[in-house]
Amino acid sequence: MYKLTLIIRYLLKRRITHFAVLAVALCVFIVVVVMTIMTGLVEDFKQKNHRFVGDCVVGTDSLVGFPYYEEFMGILKETNSVQAVSPAVKSYGLFSLRGDQVRRGVEIIGIDPALHAQTTNFAQTLHYRAGRPEKAFQPTYDPNALGCVLGIDLALNRSVQGQYLYDDQPIQVAITLTCFPLTAKGAPAKVGAGLVESQHFYYSDHAHSGIAHVDGATVYIPLDQAQKLCMAGTLKRVNAIHVKFGPDVGLSQGRAQVVALWQQFKQTKADAPDSFLLDGVLVQDWKEYRRAYIAPMEKEQVLLSFMFILVGITTVFIVFVVFYMIISHKRKDIGVLKSVGTSNVSILGLFSGFAFVIGFLGSAVGALTAWLFLSKINGIESLLFEWFGFQLWDRSIYAIGDIPNHLEFHVLATIMGCAIAACLLGALFPACSAARLRPVETLHTGPV
Amino acid sequence: MEKSQVILKATGVRKSYRMGATRVEVLRGVDLAVREGEFVAIIGASGSGKSTLLHILGGLDGPDKGVVEFDGRDLNRVGARELNRYRNETVGFVFQFYHLLDELNVLENIILPAMVSRTVVGWILTRRAAKERATELLGQLGLKERVRHKPYQLSGGERQRAAIGRALMNQPRLLLADEPTGNLDSMTGNGILTVFEQLNRAGQTIVMVTHDERIAARAQRVITLEDGKIRA
Repeated sequence: MYKLTLIIRYLLKRRITHFAVLAVALCVFIVVVVMTIMTGLVEDFKQKNHRFVGDCVVGTDSLVGFPYYEEFMGILKETNSVQAVSPAVKSYGLFSLRGDQVRRGVEIIGIDPALHAQTTNFAQTLHYRAGRPEKAFQPTYDPNALGCVLGIDLALNRSVQGQYLYDDQPIQVAITLTCFPLTAKGAPAKVGAGLVESQHFYYSDHAHSGIAHVDGATVYIPLDQAQKLCMAGTLKRVNAIHVKFGPDVGLSQGRAQVVALWQQFKQTKADAPDSFLLDGVLVQDWKEYRRAYIAPMEKEQVLLSFMFILVGITTVFIVFVVFYMIISHKRKDIGVLKSVGTSNVSILGLFSGFAFVIGFLGSAVGALTAWLFLSKINGIESLLFEWFGFQLWDRSIYAIGDIPNHLEFHVLATIMGCAIAACLLGALFPACSAARLRPVETLHTGPV
Repeated sequence: MEKSQVILKATGVRKSYRMGATRVEVLRGVDLAVREGEFVAIIGASGSGKSTLLHILGGLDGPDKGVVEFDGRDLNRVGARELNRYRNETVGFVFQFYHLLDELNVLENIILPAMVSRTVVGWILTRRAAKERATELLGQLGLKERVRHKPYQLSGGERQRAAIGRALMNQPRLLLADEPTGNLDSMTGNGILTVFEQLNRAGQTIVMVTHDERIAARAQRVITLEDGKIRA
């Protein structure tokens, strides 16, 4: 019982303990806020990539692509675990407004919009044709014109606040796409005929995936047009088949099934023309397929975790110093307590309990302020922008809407637990030395 | 008058300390017996080992050699738990510099030994009785008006009386006082000695250490410690 009384009194009367609580609170605040925002950004980015490619991709990095995709799509469609499939041609070309001499490099994605909308979130990324993705390539101003869907940053300018200005319907703009069609062997098909293939399209809609490099440099065109522009040969080819699994199918389970089906399919095509192109095809889940984009962010997260370990070590050290000071000043108290029958273990318990309370209070204060701060972070950012023109993330650069502020309870509990553990660790050595203190060393002295 | 039984007995107690490279022998074979209800003063020059002897008698320190028995039990042979209980229930310490806890008020300082020996539940069950006991002691020691005061708000004499209250809280059979008036003026010190005399008249066994012969003269029996030994 005396422990509780003394802990409360030490806490209320010793100003240095307030600093310890404040230090722990600050550490917890920093970790919770940064962790929440960073994890939110990474999760948001991952989800955007997941929605962009579907669950699984049967594809190749080669721009040449692979044939017999329609047959394999037929096999996939008959599989219970597969809900939808969508073929895609992916290549690179030059983009220019019709009549304009300025050309810029873009990624060309040829798709069947109806199928692609079933497999990915393509429909949700559209603006004018969001409810009718099958008409994505039919401009509203001329349904018979050959349309294309531009990445939103190719089509519209963004304000500093990150907002786009939309018209009621797409403006009538013609664009020219120029590409180098490749044969099945990977050679330029138009050698001696200018090398390139060009086609005019009309801007029919724009796609807003939320992934900066996609929104800034992607043009969607009809699959057959993409095959004409980018590929040459008797056999139709694509670069990827996007697959969406059924709602109850796990990612690894679904992927394993597609891998098995692809191996079988490849064997049946061993003697077919251009079958060598099937060798370069991989079956990857969305995480593997988008690894090049996701991995750097995950690495940043790992780096951040390492920095949080440094924050944790700092907390341990702060608590160690505070307890060392407190115990140095409380040697007389320890002697008195031992003279009235307190055991060494009890002294250890007293200071460990004190550390626990400091850790608990500090982490509670830190977590509460972090929660308050995060719940108002977007409002605070808006105010800062209104008053000072300062923006945490420039929306014209970063493809984020609001700053992620969803606080996960288990993350919060883990951080608080770690903070308390850090306090206990920091107090361990001073508490042990307090427990070992011989009362005769402290009692036969005058008041400090 | 019939002689009461010996409750505390020290036989051949030796104690030495290392001071730098040399070892200083403080106690060189002390033999001592204290009867129940006695008021014994141990007198000696500064550095003669009085406080060391008192700490050994109270179980705060152990002898290098020799035996200290309380009620026939060798304190060297009891476990740590029992030694803690001995310090909590059987012995009460009064120190020269009072050693009250600054964060606690007078009542809490006095009640401290009762709190130490109890769990939270045990304390809730016995709190009322403990507070009554502490209030009774505060009345006896003339500190009734100082219950909620902090140690720094008290005079030296009041602090020492509060320390005596703490020592008596668990009704110990033995009160050990280390220079209890050493830090007080003669009038206040005299008041503290009067309290000791009253306690002794009520049956309390007291062993007091002092370097002042006039103070020692207030005890029933005076033992002189010289060169680490009891002078015959």
